[in-house]
Amino acid sequence: MSATDVSALATPDTTSPREPRRRGRIPRTIGEVRASMPRLAWWVVCLCLAILFLYPLYVMLTQSLKAPAEAAAVPPTMFPQDWSLENYAALADSSSGISLLRSLGNSIGVSLSVTLLTTTVATLAGYGFAKLPFRGSGFLFFLALVAFMVPFQAIITPLFLTLRNLGLLGSLPGLVLVIATFSLPFGLFLMRNTFASLPGSLEEAAMIDGCGTLGAMRRVLLPVALPGVISTALLTFFTAWNEFFATLILLVDQKLYTLPVSLQMLASGQNNQLDWGVMQAGVTVTVVPCVVIYLLLQKYYVSGLLSGAVK
Amino acid sequence: MTAPVMAPPAPGGVALPRGGRPRRRTTLSRRRTRLGVLMVLPAAVLLGLFFLWPLAQTIRMSFYDWPMLGEHTWVGLANYTSALGDEDFLAAVGFTLRYTLIATPLLFVVALVLALLVRGGSRAARGFQTIFFIPVVIGMAAASYLWMYLFQPDLGPASALGERAGLLDASENLFATFTSALVIVLAMVTWKVVGLQMLLLSSGLQSIPVEVNEAARIDGAGRWQAFRHITLPLLRPTLALVLVFSVAGSLLAFDQFFIMTSGGPNNSTITAVYQTYRTSFIQFELGAGAAMSVLLMVALAAVSALQMLLLRNTDNA
Repeated sequence: MSATDVSALATPDTTSPREPRRRGRIPRTIGEVRASMPRLAWWVVCLCLAILFLYPLYVMLTQSLKAPAEAAAVPPTMFPQDWSLENYAALADSSSGISLLRSLGNSIGVSLSVTLLTTTVATLAGYGFAKLPFRGSGFLFFLALVAFMVPFQAIITPLFLTLRNLGLLGSLPGLVLVIATFSLPFGLFLMRNTFASLPGSLEEAAMIDGCGTLGAMRRVLLPVALPGVISTALLTFFTAWNEFFATLILLVDQKLYTLPVSLQMLASGQNNQLDWGVMQAGVTVTVVPCVVIYLLLQKYYVSGLLSGAVK
Repeated sequence: MTAPVMAPPAPGGVALPRGGRPRRRTTLSRRRTRLGVLMVLPAAVLLGLFFLWPLAQTIRMSFYDWPMLGEHTWVGLANYTSALGDEDFLAAVGFTLRYTLIATPLLFVVALVLALLVRGGSRAARGFQTIFFIPVVIGMAAASYLWMYLFQPDLGPASALGERAGLLDASENLFATFTSALVIVLAMVTWKVVGLQMLLLSSGLQSIPVEVNEAARIDGAGRWQAFRHITLPLLRPTLALVLVFSVAGSLLAFDQFFIMTSGGPNNSTITAVYQTYRTSFIQFELGAGAAMSVLLMVALAAVSALQMLLLRNTDNA
C-alpha cells in the first residue's frame, strides 16, 4: 500500500496514466503519437465514465432548481432556463401533509444519536476485546461476527414485537437502538482491529507514568486510535442516514419519518399528481450531506471500509 | 445511555497500596478483567436485546401460526411446507435468484474494469476513483427515486436522451414492462454499488507484489496471460469477498424494487425480502413471514460458508 508500491505497479503497464516522460509534451513523431494513444484512450474512457456517473447527480440538482413550470415541461430541458428555489420552499411547506424540514430534523437527530451510541459502544467494547480479554470474550466477539452475517431484514418481525413490548415501537429512540445495534458489528470489528494493532508497550508506558487502565485508554490510546474512531463514526452515520427498510417498518407516525421514507410520501403525492421538481429537491437534500461528508473525509471513510472489509 | 457503564471505574487506579506485591497483582488483574467485562457490556446488551433475542424469536415464531393480533398456535412445520408450496413465494425466490445471477457478474465485470482503469495512483486516477465512488454514499432509496425520475415517460431526462439517440420511445412507460424495468433497476444498482467493489478490487490489486507480474512478463507472458495466470489467482481472496458482497446484497434486495417498480408489473419483480415483508406486514401472518426469513438466513449462511471455502482454498494452494 506504500507509495513506492503504487508507482512501481504502474511501470510495467503502458496503459497506465503515469508516464512522466511524456507529460505536457505534444507528440511529434508518429512513434510518439502511437505511444501516447493508450494514454489518450485512457483519458477518453475515464472521462466518459465520469460523465455517466455524474449525470444522474447533475439531473437531480438542475431539476430541483427549475421553476415548477419548467420542471414539468415535456420534453425536459437539459439546462435550467428559469432558476428558482421554489421547490425547496415547497419542501418546508407542511400544508400538503408532511414537511420535509421536519424529516430532515428527524434524520439529523436519528443519525447523530446512532453515530454517537454506536461509536461509543464500539470503542469501549473494541478496547475491551483487544486489550482486556476475559473468559468468554472470544465467544462474545464471535457472536458479534455472526450478527454481521445475519441480515436484519430477516429478524425484523420479532424486532417489531420486541420494540412493542418495550413500548418503543414507532418511536425515534426505538429506531435509534435498532439501527445502532445493526451497525455495531462492523464498528466492533473495526475498533477491535484498531486497538489490537497498537503496541502493548504504549499502554504500559502510560500506566508507568501513573495512568490507570481507563486513563491510559483515554489519554494515550484513544488519540492514537482516532482515525479508527472517525471511520467507525462515518460508516455508522451513512448507514443510519440512508436506512430505509427498518424505518419503513418500525415507524408509523409520518411526523417521525426520516428523509428516505419521507421521499416515499412525496412520491405517492397528492391525487397521484407527482411533482418531480419538489421530489428531486427532496432527493437533493437527502443526497448532498452524504456526498459532501464523503468528499471532505474520504481518507477516513475509505480506510475504514478497507480495514473492516479486507481483514 | 452508555454513560452509567463508565461510572464504576476502579477508584484509585493502579496505585492502591493495600497488601503486599503478589496480592496487588491479583487485584490488578482482577480489576482489569472486571473493566473488560464492563466495557464490553453495553455492546453485549444491545446485541442480546436487538439481535440474539429477535433471532431466537424468529426461529420460534416460524413454528407457530402467529397473527399480528390475537393468540398464536403451534403448527409445527406447516409454515415451511406452505412457504415451499406457495406460488407467490416461489416466484419471488425465483426472481431473486435470477436477479442475483445477472447482477453479480455484471457488477463484477464493471468493477474490475474500473479498478484496472484507476490503478496506478496518479492524481487523475485518484480523482476518477473518487468520482466513481460517489454514488456508494448515496442511499438506495434516494438513488431509486432519482433513477425513477430519469426514466419517467415523457418527463424523464434519460428517456428524452434515449429517444434522441433513437433507442427508445420517450412516451412509453418503461416500468410497465418486466425487461425494461429490470434493466433500469440493474443500471441504477450498478451505478450505486459498483464503486465499493472497485475499491475492494483495486486495493486487492495493489497488494499483489509487482515482482511477480514482472517475472511473468520476463518469462514471456503476454499482458493478458499475466493477468489471467498471475493477477486473477492472487486476487482470489478479494474476489471471494466481492462476490459474497454482491450475492448477499442481491439476495436481500428490497428498497430498489419496492420504490421503483412496487413489485410490478404483475408482481413480476417481487424479491424474497419483499415477499417476506408483504406476508408479515400486509397480510399480518407473522409466523409464515418468520419461516420465509429463516429460509432466507439459511441461504445466506450457505453463501457465507462458500466464501469461507473459497478463502480456505487460497491458503492451501
